Amino acid sequence: MSAPLVSLEGIDAGYGRAQVLFGMSLTVAAGEAVTLIGRNGMGKTTTIRTLFGLIRPTAGRIVLRGRDMTGAAPYAMAQTGLGLAPEGRRIFPRLTVEENLVATARGAGPWTLARVYALFPRLAERRGHLGRQLSGGEQQMLAIGRALMTNPDLIVLDEATEGLAPVIRAEIWTTLRALKAEGLAMLIVDKNLDALLPLADRHVVIEKGHVVWTGSSAALAQDRTRATAYLEV
Amino acid sequence: MIEAAAFRQDEPLRRPLRAAALVLVALAAAILVAWAMGNAWWLSFLARVAITATAALSLSCLIGQAGLVSFGHAAQVGLGAYVALIAGEYGIADLTLLAPLAFVVVALWSAVTAALALRTRGVYFIMLTLAFAQMAYFIMQSLSRFGGDDGMALARRATLFGAPVLKTDLGLALAALALLAAALIGFVWMTETRYGLVLRAAKENESRALASGFRVFRFQLYAYALAGGVAALAGVLLANQAEFVSPSYMNWHRSGELIVMVVLGGATSLPGAVIGAAVVLIIEEALGHWTEFWKLGLGLVIVAAVLLRGADLSALFGRARR
Repeated sequence: MSAPLVSLEGIDAGYGRAQVLFGMSLTVAAGEAVTLIGRNGMGKTTTIRTLFGLIRPTAGRIVLRGRDMTGAAPYAMAQTGLGLAPEGRRIFPRLTVEENLVATARGAGPWTLARVYALFPRLAERRGHLGRQLSGGEQQMLAIGRALMTNPDLIVLDEATEGLAPVIRAEIWTTLRALKAEGLAMLIVDKNLDALLPLADRHVVIEKGHVVWTGSSAALAQDRTRATAYLEV
Repeated sequence: MIEAAAFRQDEPLRRPLRAAALVLVALAAAILVAWAMGNAWWLSFLARVAITATAALSLSCLIGQAGLVSFGHAAQVGLGAYVALIAGEYGIADLTLLAPLAFVVVALWSAVTAALALRTRGVYFIMLTLAFAQMAYFIMQSLSRFGGDDGMALARRATLFGAPVLKTDLGLALAALALLAAALIGFVWMTETRYGLVLRAAKENESRALASGFRVFRFQLYAYALAGGVAALAGVLLANQAEFVSPSYMNWHRSGELIVMVVLGGATSLPGAVIGAAVVLIIEEALGHWTEFWKLGLGLVIVAAVLLRGADLSALFGRARR
């Protein structure tokens, strides 16, 4: 395998004096789908915020495409090819669907407005509506579409199916499988193991800010009791 | 379904453009009526409305579009006026040279101050913009060579390609209207460009815009410089109208007044800033005839506007906003 797209090496990070990550390490190779799983409060979102430069790590290295980007500004991190569909979706509420997509469009690549609309026909129907007028599922589609519009090499999905109706969830998972088939690398934070197992190549279980288990889907399926012990409250 | 959606998609730009056209036509009509009636006072008042509206408009671009509340925007106007004054002293009084000069000088001043102020947000940003405006105020106040505290008369009104277009009240009013029209249409157009979208996106959620790969600082810096340059052009016309420039143009009261105009007209509505400027100046003139406490009346209008929450003055014109 060539140099990974993203690698976090021994990251310590947190908020002020509250340290959340203790030697957190993680890699994602090109085209690979990796999950980040663990209970609430274990540092999943903090890991992602650190990866995007929104939190500066106090120790460790962030290497993107072989370049040390530790401490770089968020825009610089994103410009190396990271796209984020953040937890809670965080779409721009007073921009229309189309404005949300066009505003973030960047770089030459496969993703255009037309392709995002083809992926999510609902968004095309609602292109003139303001972000805040969308349903939760539509907002999630918009958040994913917005991340795709930056033409990333890696898309990070933080709780992309949280709080959505089962039928919408199924639609999101179908979309993610299609994106995976196209060779887009992804880092997925979610709690739905049954959906993650067939989708992802590797799983990373974290507890209290560091990795406690990692392995393939097959390994996770075999070792499910041990791995899921970390997921249950 | 798609067709209907496509139509709606055009709305965001079409509506403000229509409002902008309406506002400009109304002002042009008022200027022509005042000219036809030979009313010099009204002509000069309308010119002042157009000039002030241009300044308020450039501030509205910062507050409503970029989410940057500058409490020192009058300094940018005043510095533009000083460029006109000082350049005039050195014989530069043609707009072909004077206007770009004022724009560049003040845009640079804005960029340098913004480079520092933009490292902060919220109240701290407001205080820093105020601090820089006060610096400009006191610098000009101490420049005795150019009038100091008392101000100084302009050498002569500016020309355009040597023609004394600003000589008459009508010429000045039309020039002010032309500047306002260019600024209004330009800013409205800008809001729908990628650049404008990123500004609005960053206003709504800065870290999201950053994580999408945008160097928000730079976008905001350009917006601040551009708004400063446009305010400076308003300042050049203001200096020409009064044929006099003094530090009082940069008084922080004036900066506050500009904010009032922007908010009164609806901060996110660019044409609204023009309406807000007109309303404040009309209140000032109308009540100013009766009492020197005209600001009491303005205060009541502001209180009423706030109580109507969201239903700002722009809602009275055209369709009510959501």
